[in-house]
Amino acid sequence: MADMILFGVFPYVALSLAIGVGIYRYTIDRYSYSSQSSQFLESKALFWGSLPWHYAILLILLAHFLAFLVPASWGTLLGSPARLVFLEVTGMALGITTMIALVILIFRRIINPRVNAVTSRIDWLLLATLLLQVTTGVYIAISLRWGGVWYVHTVSPWLWSLVKLNPQINYLANLPWIVQLHAVNAFFLVAIFPFSRLVHVVSIPISYLGRPYQIVVWYRQRRSS
Amino acid sequence: MDIRAQVSSVFHLDKCIGCHTCSIACKNLWTDRRGNEYMWWNNVETKPGTGYPTKWENQEKYRGGWERVGTQLRLKQGGKASTIGKIFHNPDLPTMDDYYEPFTFKYADLTNAPAGTDQPTARPISMVSGKPMKIEAGPNWDDDLSGSTVYAANDPGVIELTEEQQQQLFAIEKMVMFHLPRICNHCTNAACVASCPSGAIYKRGEDGIVLINQDKCRGWRMCVSSCPYKKTYYGWATGKSEKCILCYPRQEAGEAPACFHSCVGRIRYLGVLLYDADLIETIAMKEDGELAAAQREMILDPFDPEVIKAAREGGLAEQIIEAAQASPAYKFVKEWGIALPLHPEFRTLPMLFYVPPLLPVLSTENQGTQKIADNFFTSLEQARLPLMYLAGLFAGGNEEEVKAVYRRLIAVRIQRRALSVDDMSDKEVEKAREISGLNSDALDAIFRMTSLTRIKERIVVPPMLREQAIEAGMNPEEYKQGMGFGSRKAPKRRW
Repeated sequence: MADMILFGVFPYVALSLAIGVGIYRYTIDRYSYSSQSSQFLESKALFWGSLPWHYAILLILLAHFLAFLVPASWGTLLGSPARLVFLEVTGMALGITTMIALVILIFRRIINPRVNAVTSRIDWLLLATLLLQVTTGVYIAISLRWGGVWYVHTVSPWLWSLVKLNPQINYLANLPWIVQLHAVNAFFLVAIFPFSRLVHVVSIPISYLGRPYQIVVWYRQRRSS
Repeated sequence: MDIRAQVSSVFHLDKCIGCHTCSIACKNLWTDRRGNEYMWWNNVETKPGTGYPTKWENQEKYRGGWERVGTQLRLKQGGKASTIGKIFHNPDLPTMDDYYEPFTFKYADLTNAPAGTDQPTARPISMVSGKPMKIEAGPNWDDDLSGSTVYAANDPGVIELTEEQQQQLFAIEKMVMFHLPRICNHCTNAACVASCPSGAIYKRGEDGIVLINQDKCRGWRMCVSSCPYKKTYYGWATGKSEKCILCYPRQEAGEAPACFHSCVGRIRYLGVLLYDADLIETIAMKEDGELAAAQREMILDPFDPEVIKAAREGGLAEQIIEAAQASPAYKFVKEWGIALPLHPEFRTLPMLFYVPPLLPVLSTENQGTQKIADNFFTSLEQARLPLMYLAGLFAGGNEEEVKAVYRRLIAVRIQRRALSVDDMSDKEVEKAREISGLNSDALDAIFRMTSLTRIKERIVVPPMLREQAIEAGMNPEEYKQGMGFGSRKAPKRRW
């Protein structure tokens, strides 16, 4: 029963919250739809935390998504031992990077009185959740080797069963508890996404690349000149 | 020709007494909220001095403004792709320490302290963290410290002077200074607009006021680093950038901006300028020394029938054209040519102009009394304040620009002196006019505008089409007799 709730129901609850509350917040309070930067208050430690954190976590997320979305191609990619070892080592290095970077970011918020003053309760919850997520992730990578391979046969089918609205919780129920924790915590992150500063992940300013430098806004359409 | 209107300002530096009334008016109205305490949309600096934030003019440090790369204009902090690449950490962003940490005092300790043998004190505490702190800087920390080896000597403009000029500037009993009030320049080639990844910053078409859409702003802070004047500020409590709005809600109600209205020295003039927006990019590419003159070229004569025709075709309202004809800014900048932009070499084409200060340049020490130097024109060369320094501030290093302004200002004085003191021959006055290039009427008009005009002549707020401004945000029918403007939500994060 607990397995059913955690692996079969909670993911849907989390996603519904993310989408529902996310849209609600965007329409009602667009003003807050960003991550509140603290670089103005402290810049040096942020450099060593924020940069490695963002680039490493983006690559790790990319790997997770690729293995989930295109398991067959991912499997083929890992077919050769050389590539498998390369990805395993890279993944582990990136994982450890995120962990160190996150610890820097957390300590920065504890130690620096200015940054501490602008840290909210939900920020602390988010940091703790993220720390749990990357720590379990790194622990899994070290203790349960070749995750790139077994993910394709366990987690990927579970996620696809969720997509098909036919949750097959057995895939996850038979995995070690640490993997279960990692998976449930991932959906917990999805659940708190709309309530926290995590909303900033959907504001990617790509349109900047295509727009002209200057923007002029008129009250009304000008007459043709 | 793409004619646009710009609400433009002129600050007459000879009249500024450095009282900071403008700063206080602005602070009370707009930036007295948490997270904004350190922001001074209007501040007054002592020159020579390091300013606020410290050494803001040094773009090797702050990397604001534009630079020329081949035939292209590029933001000094980097191109578009490079800007996107810096969204996780902006290496050029100034931190609070470049401005100052806002502080207050624990006043409650004065009354709550237990009885003891010494006087209770109110310790300074940070307005950010609430913890006790050591006050080490403030918004006008080098106020009036013109001879300071810590502040004035580190003025980025002073550092560029020769050893001899620096000695001239710091000579005992000849120390010199003037005040430089600064607000947002509402540039026509604004670097803040260009750098915003979210596209939240825009220039209002009708009046050229540059604003940040607070709902669109995602707090990437690129505008803070790219503005060479450091006039966009990051609100650390809201996670949004804010800047001078030229009091547009006041202007829409027909009132002068608060800093203009409160100015004790009456140094501030406001009026509409018509300019040709098609020329912006060409002009921004000119050589440093040519920029001030080129910018004057961009500004159009509001009495020229062809300009009026083009303006009407471009959709400019009739009232705006009329306001442009009554504009004191047009007179100062174009007709008389005595107002120059601040640091035109940043290439943002700022629309706030300054009449450079004449008195600190010409006055010499004479038995304890200040006296305008006897030989007006040759004294420009041995000015107390090196002209090179002023040219660095107002003309991209072009001394001729500054000299031309001073010749006119001096001619005004000679003509007035001939009239009121009567110790000058007509020949001398005629020579002064000739050198200045202005006729007697123009010189009189400058004198009048500088010293006798009342607020309605100094500050010509154009009818700002408030009904249209409101229409963009809400139904005007519901708005009748209402107060305020647009968004009425408190600037506060609720998530």
